[in-house]
Amino acid sequence: MSDALAPAIRIAATRRVTEEAPLTRYLLIGVAVAFLGLFLLLPLAVVFTEALTKGAGAFFATFDEPDARAAIRLTLLVAAIVVPLNAVFGICAAWAISKFSFPGKSVLITLIDLPFSVSPVVSGLVYVLVFGSQGLLGPTLSSHGIQIVFAIPGIVLATIFVTFPFVARELIPLMQEQGTVEEEAALTLGASGFRTFLTVTLPNIKWGLLYGVLLANARAMGEFGAVSVVSGHIRGLTNTIPLQVEILYNEYNIVSAFALASLLAGLALVTLGIKTLLEWRYAGQIAGRRRH
Amino acid sequence: MSASTQIVKRKARSFPAPSVIPGFRATFGFTLFYLSLVVLFPLSMLVIRASELGLAGLYGVAVEPRVAAALRTSFFISFAAAAIDVVFGLVTAWVLTRYEFPGRRFLDAIVDLPFALPTAVAGIALAALYAPNGWLGEPLADYDIKIAFTRWGILVALVFVGLPFVVRTVQPLLAEIDVELEEASATLGASRAHTVWRVLLPPILPALLTGFALAFARSVGEYGSVIFIAGNLAYISEIAPLLIIVKLEQFDYAGATGIATIMLAISFAVLLAINLIQAWSQKRFGHV
Repeated sequence: MSDALAPAIRIAATRRVTEEAPLTRYLLIGVAVAFLGLFLLLPLAVVFTEALTKGAGAFFATFDEPDARAAIRLTLLVAAIVVPLNAVFGICAAWAISKFSFPGKSVLITLIDLPFSVSPVVSGLVYVLVFGSQGLLGPTLSSHGIQIVFAIPGIVLATIFVTFPFVARELIPLMQEQGTVEEEAALTLGASGFRTFLTVTLPNIKWGLLYGVLLANARAMGEFGAVSVVSGHIRGLTNTIPLQVEILYNEYNIVSAFALASLLAGLALVTLGIKTLLEWRYAGQIAGRRRH
Repeated sequence: MSASTQIVKRKARSFPAPSVIPGFRATFGFTLFYLSLVVLFPLSMLVIRASELGLAGLYGVAVEPRVAAALRTSFFISFAAAAIDVVFGLVTAWVLTRYEFPGRRFLDAIVDLPFALPTAVAGIALAALYAPNGWLGEPLADYDIKIAFTRWGILVALVFVGLPFVVRTVQPLLAEIDVELEEASATLGASRAHTVWRVLLPPILPALLTGFALAFARSVGEYGSVIFIAGNLAYISEIAPLLIIVKLEQFDYAGATGIATIMLAISFAVLLAINLIQAWSQKRFGHV
């Protein structure tokens, strides 16, 4: 008994006053690791193992399906439209907010953050209320042969909505910290406004911009709720990858569902990898981890 | 001196304050235009439709038994999930900032998985994991514990979704705490547990509350990761966002609008609560 206690006492004697007893420490680490393993790592592992249960052949066969290919194409198309638009918006908003002082700024920032506090389903719903057959503009537009909801434009709009704040909220605090001194120097030296932005501001914010774009892209490609409301679920036409995953899963086509899902899980892992790399390497040049 | 007073005076009048930096009108104009077009105009449509329903109409939607049940389910399970996230999120943040152990950086990075993993993928993965033939569902079934396709499934999915909000709100504060405070507490004779409870935790409380509120707000609106594991039985395991979609499919736009408005009101109440917590924290602890 006393033999077993001896090492613990020795460690306790050399322990700093700002540390917990080793046993408490191991217990806490154990709880955290078990919890993260159970809630985060297991689900992730399930995606890849379920995708490969019937071997690599069945896995790759999923991607030969025309509907799956159409879904992948649509997802890439939507991201290619949405992410640049929101990046340009984010840069403009951050420029106006961080380089100038004007009344009502905090209201503007709150409004830009608004989409994050709206449920994805509600984000989709508001577009149905505007562009749906009983909506404000829907009947007028459809009489001109223009369809927004249950078609690709609706998917693009809903995706813009849910990814709206990503770039802006990353750049605003970053550019506020950087101030206006460097830009003013460039301007006094005779550079044009646009040249100042390209050669002074952009290099200062490039990692932050990349960070915001990365997160916006991950969300744009993976958005489910909002897109689900406005898509109409037409196979081969208005199904993005997440919607196709849902359809395959509900048809008990488990291997294909998880194979497509593993594509998105891979994207998530790559996103997390680059994000972590940016946080380590360029911690000072991204606002990062404030809050999501 | 008089020149600077003049600038101050002009500041009050001009919008924006005078600056040599160009591009305000273009960037501010585009920001307002894009924000109005994509966010404010569609959201105001919801407000207009809701005002057409009126308070009586909204109340009518809310007390409809199926809607009331869905709102209750969403509300209570989100609350429970956020509470669980606060406990385990605090432990996780503590361990990640204070201890060094193999795999710490990997775990730190993986905490953001619920942000990065598309909700539908999380949903089918959790459903497969806890289904009666799943890795966890099968052993649990031996003890007659059913998670998938019950309310417990909703809880599991919402705990997953909310976790990073708590960890990422608490983590920066834990990292910044001055070690000298702890040393002072220890030299004054406090036990370690006492120090943690009375010195370390109080300043973190606002962050914990904020993390709770964020996780709760996100959980109430969550759809993708829940519907696959929930079972979606009306009155039992049907969440409010799903009911919006059900109403839309039945072309019951008023019902969908009503539920959406109630959920939006909850989100704004939570946002307000977060702002109040932070204002209080600023006053009490000098940090957010």
